[in-house]
Amino acid sequence: MPGTHPRLRAAILRGGGILIFLLLAAPAHAARINELAESTLSGRMVRFFTFQDPSLRYALLGSMLLGICCGLMGAFLVVRKLSLLGDALSHAVLPGVALGFLWGMTKDPLAIFIGATVAGLLGAGTVQLLRHTTRHKEDASIGFVLASFFGVGVCLMTMIQNVPGGNKSGLDKFMFGQAAALGRGDVLLLAVVALLALGAVTVFYKEYTITSFDPGFARSMGLPVQVFHYSLMLLLAFAIVSALQAVGVVLVTAMLVIPAATAFLLTDRLGWLLVLSAVFGMCAGAIGAFFSFVGRNLPTGPFMVLAAAAVFTAAILFGPRHGIVARWWRHVSRSARIRRENTLKSVYHVLEDEGFRSEQVDARELAERRRETIEEAQAQLNTLRRHGLATLSGDGISASLTPEGWQRACEIVRNHRLWELYLTNAAQIAADHVHEDAEKIEHVLGEETVRRLEKRLNNARRDPHGRLIPGLEDIRLGAGARPTPPQPTGYGAPDPPAP
Amino acid sequence: MSASGTDPALPLEIHDLTVAYHKKPVLYGIDLEIPAGKLVGVVGPNGAGKSTLIKAIMGLLPASSGWVKVFGKPYRESCHRVGYVPQRESVDWDFPVSVMDVVLMGRYGRLRLAQRPTRHDREIARECLEKVRMLPFANRQIGNLSGGQQQRVFLARALAQESDLYLMDEPFVGVDAATETAIITLLRELQSRGKTLIVVHHDLSSVREYFDMLVLLNMRLVAAGPTREIFTQEILQATYGGRLTILSDVAQAIGEGG
Repeated sequence: MPGTHPRLRAAILRGGGILIFLLLAAPAHAARINELAESTLSGRMVRFFTFQDPSLRYALLGSMLLGICCGLMGAFLVVRKLSLLGDALSHAVLPGVALGFLWGMTKDPLAIFIGATVAGLLGAGTVQLLRHTTRHKEDASIGFVLASFFGVGVCLMTMIQNVPGGNKSGLDKFMFGQAAALGRGDVLLLAVVALLALGAVTVFYKEYTITSFDPGFARSMGLPVQVFHYSLMLLLAFAIVSALQAVGVVLVTAMLVIPAATAFLLTDRLGWLLVLSAVFGMCAGAIGAFFSFVGRNLPTGPFMVLAAAAVFTAAILFGPRHGIVARWWRHVSRSARIRRENTLKSVYHVLEDEGFRSEQVDARELAERRRETIEEAQAQLNTLRRHGLATLSGDGISASLTPEGWQRACEIVRNHRLWELYLTNAAQIAADHVHEDAEKIEHVLGEETVRRLEKRLNNARRDPHGRLIPGLEDIRLGAGARPTPPQPTGYGAPDPPAP
Repeated sequence: MSASGTDPALPLEIHDLTVAYHKKPVLYGIDLEIPAGKLVGVVGPNGAGKSTLIKAIMGLLPASSGWVKVFGKPYRESCHRVGYVPQRESVDWDFPVSVMDVVLMGRYGRLRLAQRPTRHDREIARECLEKVRMLPFANRQIGNLSGGQQQRVFLARALAQESDLYLMDEPFVGVDAATETAIITLLRELQSRGKTLIVVHHDLSSVREYFDMLVLLNMRLVAAGPTREIFTQEILQATYGGRLTILSDVAQAIGEGG
């Protein structure tokens, strides 16, 4: 690649080398491929993105089609909690692949397709049989079928490798997948299966949804639930078998489960789940094909699965609702709000202790009240100012609440005292036990709950400790343009003197 | 749909029904006739086969002997006239569907294969949600609801079926007192419109108040008839008074032998 900066080129090559090393864990092999890459890596990248190579076009198209297919079927597996069945089915097809090859001693796509499908269905049937005739549940049955069928498959594959010409059959590619080995027939098969899956899911969306969600109810309405269940299993077997060549027996289950599991993190509607799952599957397929082609003769399956797993990790981290980052952010902003509200409450307490004669609160008084240093109290007041809840004096040592600040302070104190009163009056909890609970509840009480509490407590004016509960009137006055916090009146008026 | 009152055939007629789980009989020789327009409670101890009876009526469990007729025909031919509320725990509430999607499922029985719900179906689903006061939650994913709300969604789905006979499996389990009152009011309203309701119930204290007819079960039919006649100390004793030792021993032996 003339004109490229040599160090950049070296870095790209080293990156490629590391990937290859990780994959094969065989340094000698890695070195050999690295040599190949030396000469043509950049050239192959150019060729990839210009789609000159017909074998590349097949590989890319095939990988994307298998991604769509597996994504759609995987979505149903995940929502039906049958992910393990996909695993069993994909391992059970291996003996079928070998037998399909032995049928004509050639890699005939159709013979292998039929052999693998029959073996897969046999595996799924065995799982059902074990579940119904023995005391084993699905997990043990799946474990048995998966391992024993796979064992038979590996034995047959080894035998084929040992017969003359067998090791050149390309059958070994079925273990980890080789998208570059996809021929015209393979892609045609993938297209047919993808079309079938897409068509069935679109046309019978309603039926597949209800039989997945509530099969008992579906049967009570006279729907042929078993027909839809087995048609889904048949489509699943088709998807797995047609995907084998490109993604491999070992990892095809990941292409079923990971895109769907990723989509499940991002949406709670089945329609979107299907769309997203198919799109993720398609992208993973394309990325897998890219690396397989650029790295020449690398197995495709692991790269597809790694790409899918990367998207899954990103969804776990950055998903808008259930993502870790979003959850962390919600937690942080809630904690900050609670801190602000606690400061407002302290300001109210200071004003209350002074009988509401002044509207100014000193940072020192606040610090004493909150058992903090003056600097900490000043920082808190500054936060209130930034949120428009208070204004600071020129020297920054005293503050007064804005109307919004006064309103929120009244609400928090009201929530706290109402809740204390409710716990002591209605729940018969001792007055000295209620403060801790009210400290948490005050921040989450909605207006509707407050209204209900007030009604339940007959608009009581004093909390269990004899302090006035700020009323609607106080909150409204504060929210108006009144310059000074008024003397709270509590609910109703006039108020008798405090005991 | 024709009103049940004008239909000469009984909503439900069961003759000598025996149902077995894994070859172990749980219901023996049930004979039962339910007249139209009744609100019927199915009562009995745990393991008495209450849910089994409901499922066997709809053919969800195979009968070893006997037959069931719904409006004078085999169940399959009358299934469009039957609404069903399964037990709440029978489904996965994390399933990615909204409240509206679930209620629309009640309409699927009236739609052809592959036909999408129409605007009319959506309108009915909305009305049903309104009746159980769940319309504001129509777009929520079903997992974000309380137990009582989930139960009301199932009820709305059954309402959307617009049936003449309703089979309800424990609709009062895990709901608060307010929801329970709302549900029973709704059931009475359905009854006043000539519908027949068969409700599996476990709380004996409210039986007399809720139902005008009772079916008392304990692996076989102990009694069936008007509540005021059969809700007596003596019959309750017969229903709940200990396991039927010989009957359950024999069932055990058959289960082990088979």
